[in-house]
Amino acid sequence: MAKMTLQELRKLRDSKKSELDRRDIGSKDSQIIVGMGTCGIAAGAKTVLDAFIEELNARQISNVAVTQSGCMGLCYVEPTVEVISPGMPPVIYGKVDTEVAKRIIRDHILEKKMVSEHVFDRPSVDIIKDGGK
Amino acid sequence: MAFRNYILVCGGTACESSKADDIYRALIAECKAQGVADEVQIVKTGCFGFCEQGPIVKILPEDSFYVQVNPEDAQELIAEHIVKGREVERLLYVKEKKKHTKVEDIEFYQKQFRIVLRNCGFIDPENIEEYIARDGYMALEKVLFEMSSDDVIGELRKAGLRGRGGAGFPTWMKWNFTRQAKGDLKYIVVNADEGDPGAYMDRSVLEGDPHSVLEAMVIAGKTVGAHQGYIYIRAEYPLAINRLEIAMKQARQMGLLGKNILGSRFDFDIEIRLGAGAFVCGEETALLASIEGRRGMPVPRPPFPAVKGLWGQPTVINNVETWANIPVILVKGGEWFNRIGTADSPGTKVFALTGKIRNSGLVEVPMGITLREIIYDIGGGIANNKEFKAVQTGGPSGGVITKDYLDTPIDFGSLTKLGSMMGSGGMIVMDEDDCIVDVAKFYLNFTVDESCGKCAPCRIGGRSLANLLDKITKGNGELKDLDQMLEIGEAMKKASLCALGQTAPNPIVSSLHYFRDEYLAHVIDKKCPAGKCKDLISYYILPDKCIGCTACARKCPTAAISGERREVHVIDQAACIKCGVCYETCKFGAIEVR
Repeated sequence: MAKMTLQELRKLRDSKKSELDRRDIGSKDSQIIVGMGTCGIAAGAKTVLDAFIEELNARQISNVAVTQSGCMGLCYVEPTVEVISPGMPPVIYGKVDTEVAKRIIRDHILEKKMVSEHVFDRPSVDIIKDGGK
Repeated sequence: MAFRNYILVCGGTACESSKADDIYRALIAECKAQGVADEVQIVKTGCFGFCEQGPIVKILPEDSFYVQVNPEDAQELIAEHIVKGREVERLLYVKEKKKHTKVEDIEFYQKQFRIVLRNCGFIDPENIEEYIARDGYMALEKVLFEMSSDDVIGELRKAGLRGRGGAGFPTWMKWNFTRQAKGDLKYIVVNADEGDPGAYMDRSVLEGDPHSVLEAMVIAGKTVGAHQGYIYIRAEYPLAINRLEIAMKQARQMGLLGKNILGSRFDFDIEIRLGAGAFVCGEETALLASIEGRRGMPVPRPPFPAVKGLWGQPTVINNVETWANIPVILVKGGEWFNRIGTADSPGTKVFALTGKIRNSGLVEVPMGITLREIIYDIGGGIANNKEFKAVQTGGPSGGVITKDYLDTPIDFGSLTKLGSMMGSGGMIVMDEDDCIVDVAKFYLNFTVDESCGKCAPCRIGGRSLANLLDKITKGNGELKDLDQMLEIGEAMKKASLCALGQTAPNPIVSSLHYFRDEYLAHVIDKKCPAGKCKDLISYYILPDKCIGCTACARKCPTAAISGERREVHVIDQAACIKCGVCYETCKFGAIEVR
């Protein structure tokens, strides 16, 4: 990646912004975001991340991206995972272990059903998107 | 095929007790009855907080937030909302235009408002492009190409941002002092030496959104005329360090750090300095000494680092949370920021909510919110249905806040008035099982361990206080000890060199003020009402409740419990080490603490 000028930075921001926005309007790919702060990792987020990847491989699903993020602050239900899937509202799952990870792939990704008892709420509005200027 | 609607029924324990289960079943039955069972999924969720308004039902994708729902409401919810597509007004939560955030048009039910944590848990912290996509480095663009230094400082002044490390000094003033200071070498420093027990706000920001801090540092550099920055972070935070290093590397590659940033001819670079975990190095002068390679000990101020800091040069030093606010303020404007929070303390504060709380975690709330809202609405109340006793804010430098003050709006000023302080944001909740003297002793032992020993009031005073507390918890306390503690505390507050010593007596002074009775129980009655101080309690077996199951005797590590099977057992007080295992083991409530 080369050094950017101001114009290049702006261009990059616009293109990445629409990529991030597409998360909500439903592109054909799903995304699984695992919270990998120290708290999440201590609660087993690494195992969960591996479980997602293994399960996706086992089922030969290739259009789901598994990525990481930091801590959402829901320490009492770590590990937490956000799942963004076309046709469904973005969902945050808490207390995710290997079993729940498999259920997320089976129910949420494949059957478009939420995984009961593990759904949590995003703690705050998003000031970047909803907060106006 | 995806469902048309998802109905989320709050299944937290508090809601469970108020019939969330019945609602869940009623909704399923209604969906069947009205022929929409295939179009709707009904989902049980974890606790949403907000328990006093429960049970809560949320319908997606409309995001309708229904509160205090009864099973009888299921019919109407399905018939109106699902079948006809009309929200059921009468059950909708009246979304307040939040009293603490007069930000236009944001109506929401959440008590939290996230500025500092805007990206935490949202973006991949190891991917600079995701940060950029969420308005990242937009503030830097403005500062490099559109705004003058006066403009930047003017915005910060309008915003009214105060330092989030604890003292609450206006950030614009700090920056302005450094900008006006003479000298061609100036420095920017991030204080990431987070060391309060139970506090992890800074760690989470650095792990979840490292670029927000880097961007703010470059902005400060341009504003005050510095070209070098340091991040002082404790070595115990390896993941945060790793993510910072990745972020710095990516920023350099893209020309957002290093020489000629974005073609503006402005140079700025950053280095990381690892701290060895001494609490006193969170004090700014000690921190700067540690960066210079000297022993981390504070020096008297003035001169303040803003004028004479790192290597004797003017230095802006701010806490991680303060830094993370800067880019947002410059993108959205100082006025926007100033409308959030209180007049005394605009903006938000991140707290690490821990202790005996049901939903522990990291919360960011507008200043001016009450402790009750944080503990009950966000935190879901006290764990295991115990009684709330107090909350310690400000870590070892702060004090306790009791039930009577739960409705005080929190900001820098109000917490100080209550004898505590904002501190960096640790918030430890205590319940009826916590002994206030024991808690004060814990904090005192912490500050005694962490005292650098340079000045006598802190070194000797702290040790004396710890000794007195030890004496009291062992049952040897005298009434005059209480007054003596206050006297020593007063001396430490007045004469200690830095905030560590000045604030170390706070946990004692404030707990003695609010819980004098409990101290008196230790001193006069030689009893610990909470049953925590081992020298003041004994475990007994209640003969009428003991069924002789032998469970306690088998668990007792010192074999102090004797008795035949199916006969009442007895504890040998001489052999008992008061570990409490029998108390936890007994299923019949036959063990009593006296």
